[in-house]
Amino acid sequence: MLTFILQRLLGALLVILGVVSIVFLLIHMIPGDPVEIMLGESASTADREVLRAALGLDQPVLVQFQHYLSGLLHLDMGTSIHFRRPVADLLMERLPATATLAAVTLLLTLLMALPLGIMAAVRRDSLWDTAAMSFSMLGVSIPNFWLGPILILVFSLWLGWFPVSGHSGPGSVVLPAITLSTGLIAVLSRMVRSSMLEVLGEDYMRTAKAKGMPPRRVILHHGLRNALLPVITLLGLQLGALLAGAVITETVFSWPGVGLLTIESIQSRDYPVVQACVLLISVTYVVVNLLTDLAYAWIDPRIRLGGG
Amino acid sequence: MRNWLSIKLPVVILVLWALLSVTARYLPLEPDRIQLEEILAVPGEAALLGNDDLGRSIVDRMIVGARTSFLVSAWVVSLSLLLGTLLGTVTAYHGGWWDRTAVLVVDVFLAFPGILLAIALAGLLGPGIGNVVIALTIVGWVGYARLSRAQVLSLKHREHVQAAEALGTTKWRIIRKHLLPLMAAPLIIEATFGIAAVVIAEAGLSFLGLGVQPPEASWGAMIRDGTRYMLVAPHMVMAPGMAILAVVLSVNLLGDRLRDKLDTSTPSR
Repeated sequence: MLTFILQRLLGALLVILGVVSIVFLLIHMIPGDPVEIMLGESASTADREVLRAALGLDQPVLVQFQHYLSGLLHLDMGTSIHFRRPVADLLMERLPATATLAAVTLLLTLLMALPLGIMAAVRRDSLWDTAAMSFSMLGVSIPNFWLGPILILVFSLWLGWFPVSGHSGPGSVVLPAITLSTGLIAVLSRMVRSSMLEVLGEDYMRTAKAKGMPPRRVILHHGLRNALLPVITLLGLQLGALLAGAVITETVFSWPGVGLLTIESIQSRDYPVVQACVLLISVTYVVVNLLTDLAYAWIDPRIRLGGG
Repeated sequence: MRNWLSIKLPVVILVLWALLSVTARYLPLEPDRIQLEEILAVPGEAALLGNDDLGRSIVDRMIVGARTSFLVSAWVVSLSLLLGTLLGTVTAYHGGWWDRTAVLVVDVFLAFPGILLAIALAGLLGPGIGNVVIALTIVGWVGYARLSRAQVLSLKHREHVQAAEALGTTKWRIIRKHLLPLMAAPLIIEATFGIAAVVIAEAGLSFLGLGVQPPEASWGAMIRDGTRYMLVAPHMVMAPGMAILAVVLSVNLLGDRLRDKLDTSTPSR
């Protein structure tokens, strides 16, 4: 188990180093002079040189990279050009809103996807199955930047149940969470269904039924527990879709999280903040997937002992 | 009935999408003509889908938007497929150091969730259809590289490949004649679903203001413009949204059918 953990940790570290390198290179991909783009054409030469020196852009690329890395190790991600504050502070301010949205979305996804998928599998080819899978098809196909505005139109403007946008009171998280979870529910319920279908045909299910166990208990205790293994992995991977979707969903609802900060800083050409947001979201994703891998190995000994 | 809904209608929708996109240039469209007296006009006899906040015809803009989304998906999917397959196949066939490096690079790109990297790239490169294609291709090739690597790894020890190697066939010829034809089915399935992903991604970038430059039309940008007038003119948001949904749903439905037909071993997404 220890070798497995070490292997995965090392792998994740390498990937994170790669991610950091790409994020660092982002600012060098800007066509033209990034300093000029950030400050606009009216800026004085002196201002430009100050910013250039502050960003370290006057130094060789390798030196810049070294500075960037050592800064990151001290959680120093530079200073925002627009807000004139440390980027790390900005991120800490915005993080709770995104974490709340992600947590509610995840909860909603599990509460919806598990029953949908299980019922669809147990009553295969029934009307319920067809309906659940049609919903799933619709869910993966509907873009959240369209679903969001429609939900606002119906539930905020017409019915007045929820606030239109922003972050005010517990009700304001409902519509963004529904928007963000629809796609996830769609993918996950499909996965639960196919995973359940596989498990339902196993011998131990027949045995459990044969010994007179109540059907509900057979399905939940013997079926679901085994079917959940692949679902956990998918959930870890889906968290990526959630984080990326949060950027768009937060923009739709003006939800003051890291995603909205990303878009705002792209618009105000505040590139150090853009870099930090992309880095934070991606590293979170890598860490979550690492934890999923480890949890999976812990639950299922076949993985850690199978030479992984 | 079921057959009609899940095959014929999607085919009709996609053919219509492609036809409108290809012919958009030659149709008498005026997507940029501002008619102040028609501002936010609701759909009716004068204009099939109404007019937007500048009094521009929504039908005309929808057709130009169809062209944008068609062009971007055609370019991004072809470029990604070509690049990803080439890289994945060659490195996996070589194996060893080549393969390990490629796996690391793919893992690093996959560490950026969804279109986050594309959002950052498009934001930094600036708006424009070319930059959207570049940004989405940089994100898109990875999936094909990973898929073709997995395929090559399972194919390269097959007997027909070993026989070809024993006969002294060149690597390039083995890849071309003995590997690629067998990899085609899963790659085509992946590319089909890729179209749906790119249509949503392009519209998403345009929705965020990072896609095509105004006054150029894109379905995503039309939704963005419409959200400001939702209470008075919901048709501005409905029309482009329905179009995206129709195209993406059609692609996904046909992709599912294609997967069932061509290959049952591909894991479901």
